[in-house]
Amino acid sequence: MRNALGSVDTVLLLGGRSEIGLAVVERLVRAGASRVVLAARGGTAPAERLRELGAEVHVLDFDASRPETHPALIEEAAAKLGDLDVVIPAFGVLGSQAVYDDDPVAAARDVAVNFGGHVSAGLAAARRLREQGHGALVVLSSVAGVRVRKANFVYGSAKAGLDGFAQGLADSLHGTGVRVVLVRPGFVIGRMTRGMTPAPMSVTADAVADAVVEALGSGRGTVWVPARLRPVFAVMRILPRDVWRRMPR
Amino acid sequence: MTPLTGWGRTAPTPATVLRPRSADEAAALLKEAGRRGVVARGLGRAYGDAAQNAGGLVLDCAALAPSWSLDEETGLVTASAGMSLHDLMTALLPRGWFVPVTPGTRYVTVGGAVAADVHGKNHHADSSFGAHLRSLRLLTADGTLRTLGPGDDLFWATVGGMGLTGVVVEAAFRCVPVETSRMRVDVRRTRDLEETLEVMTAGDHDYRYTVAWIDLLARGGRMGRSVLTRGDHARLDELPPRARRDPLAFGPRPRLSAPPWVPDGLLNRATIGAFNALWYGRAPADRRGLIQGVAPFFHPLDGVGGWNRMYGSRGFVQYQFVVPFGAEDTLRRIVERLSRAGVVSFLTVLKRFGEGTPGMLSFPMPGWTLALDIPVGQDGLAAMLTEFDGWVAAAGGRLYLAKDSRMSAATMAATYPRLEEWRAIRRRADPDGLFVSDLARRLRL
Repeated sequence: MRNALGSVDTVLLLGGRSEIGLAVVERLVRAGASRVVLAARGGTAPAERLRELGAEVHVLDFDASRPETHPALIEEAAAKLGDLDVVIPAFGVLGSQAVYDDDPVAAARDVAVNFGGHVSAGLAAARRLREQGHGALVVLSSVAGVRVRKANFVYGSAKAGLDGFAQGLADSLHGTGVRVVLVRPGFVIGRMTRGMTPAPMSVTADAVADAVVEALGSGRGTVWVPARLRPVFAVMRILPRDVWRRMPR
Repeated sequence: MTPLTGWGRTAPTPATVLRPRSADEAAALLKEAGRRGVVARGLGRAYGDAAQNAGGLVLDCAALAPSWSLDEETGLVTASAGMSLHDLMTALLPRGWFVPVTPGTRYVTVGGAVAADVHGKNHHADSSFGAHLRSLRLLTADGTLRTLGPGDDLFWATVGGMGLTGVVVEAAFRCVPVETSRMRVDVRRTRDLEETLEVMTAGDHDYRYTVAWIDLLARGGRMGRSVLTRGDHARLDELPPRARRDPLAFGPRPRLSAPPWVPDGLLNRATIGAFNALWYGRAPADRRGLIQGVAPFFHPLDGVGGWNRMYGSRGFVQYQFVVPFGAEDTLRRIVERLSRAGVVSFLTVLKRFGEGTPGMLSFPMPGWTLALDIPVGQDGLAAMLTEFDGWVAAAGGRLYLAKDSRMSAATMAATYPRLEEWRAIRRRADPDGLFVSDLARRLRL
């Protein structure tokens, strides 16, 4: 249960090796969370650091591309943790648009993970949270989905779908005691973007995690990281199409 | 689903709220509980999440068969669990009887008083509510109504058991005879914490009721300066002649009400500092024999309806701990730290506890208890209170479940040595875990 000062007790991370995900979990553990499930492909995830901080950590096998396994996984996590206070689906793949252009099947597969996987995992988690009458689901969207660019429109369109899904889900959960925290980071420097040139206003996984934890505590429903991306994208969204088309990246 | 919070107005969760009007109705409603279980709720004066049950069922027992009876010979009162202490005082005082224990508000139910094993200003002399109980009627998970006495394990798992053993439906307890409805009160100011502790230790046993209000914002040499209020029920011959005509009158003045909306941050260092200075400054240095009504003496805050709203939309936490006698250093460290941090606490009270009850999760033990309210939102508050938890645990003390809204399951397990024993009895009475609350989940009771 979340306590009066916003600390939570249990955390489920889907995509148990995600840098952003682990950075959020670590902060929640430092603030008092005592039980964690890391769900990751192959059933391996870096649990030691969290254990050193005093948390009881379980690692479960999880495959984001197999939606039929997601409801059972949520139940298994709940069996380990009790009520799920925070659920963070943080899995995702980022391929290059050039590769997708040549390999439509790979593109569809990645969209299935980046969007479809989040839909099945998100709905399975939401069902459990709704029954509990409390809990928070963190949805990691991206500014790439706020207005899709030609430079990465496969990834961007999956994020656009996820962003819409999260908004609708948040509205459908209104009044149930369950919260959705929709996170829209800009370019995140890290393992997922290694080898790419950082975009302006890029951030680190730690900065995203700080913003997520702040939102979990304050009750904010939508978080832009960094915060100034919000006014920037208010403008980006309404740029004329032929200007947007010329965006270099 | 209705969103519920405790008195501190933090961490709301929704539940299905049903209002049984009789024990039979309550028994029938237990069957409505699904996987998320059920817990009874009284007047919602527990500060945290004790009477919340996210996604489950909450039985609002405030309307549970309001009935009471009094044995005029022995003072034994049998009251339904939904009766408030306010209702009881209104009924009993004119007949010359007073409840054995009252907490800082009259607006608690008998059921809640049992479940939290409440204490009051007379704890050093009379222990807590459970010590005066003769019997209980408890609706258990199997739907049966059991009559329990102090010889039963389940009785002492229920006293202080936070409603997790069943629904208290009725309680019988001894009241105390009084000649008047007034209190004879001595007020004394102390200049710092050391003097407060000394004066309380030396003089508490001369009074049935004592409490100290501490000005937590005073610093340096004045740190811990207090106003001690100590008294007894006034005898008839101590009343002024006019009051003697109706010595047992009890009619608390109509309540003021806090405005429905209060700007956040109204209670801040400046306003509370000013209030504290005024309160301390106004108190007489040493005044004896003041005659006061029951309401202003025991329940000053009941004069303002909904005073909890004054803390603003984010609510507040109450931190109440006890440390055994001999652990005064821990008390000093905490007061020093609070004073240095400039923690804004309205009405911080210090009290000496006497003997506890055999209630397994009952809070009081011989020692010092300090209670303070803190508005949510002060920087570093969570970390500071967690640090205090560690000091309190190391000193052999603990936190009061009826006030708690934030401690960890680990702190709970470390500070309530009879928790396992309580769990075993609860498992026998409720093998499927029908009775559950947000507090029970948070603390993994």
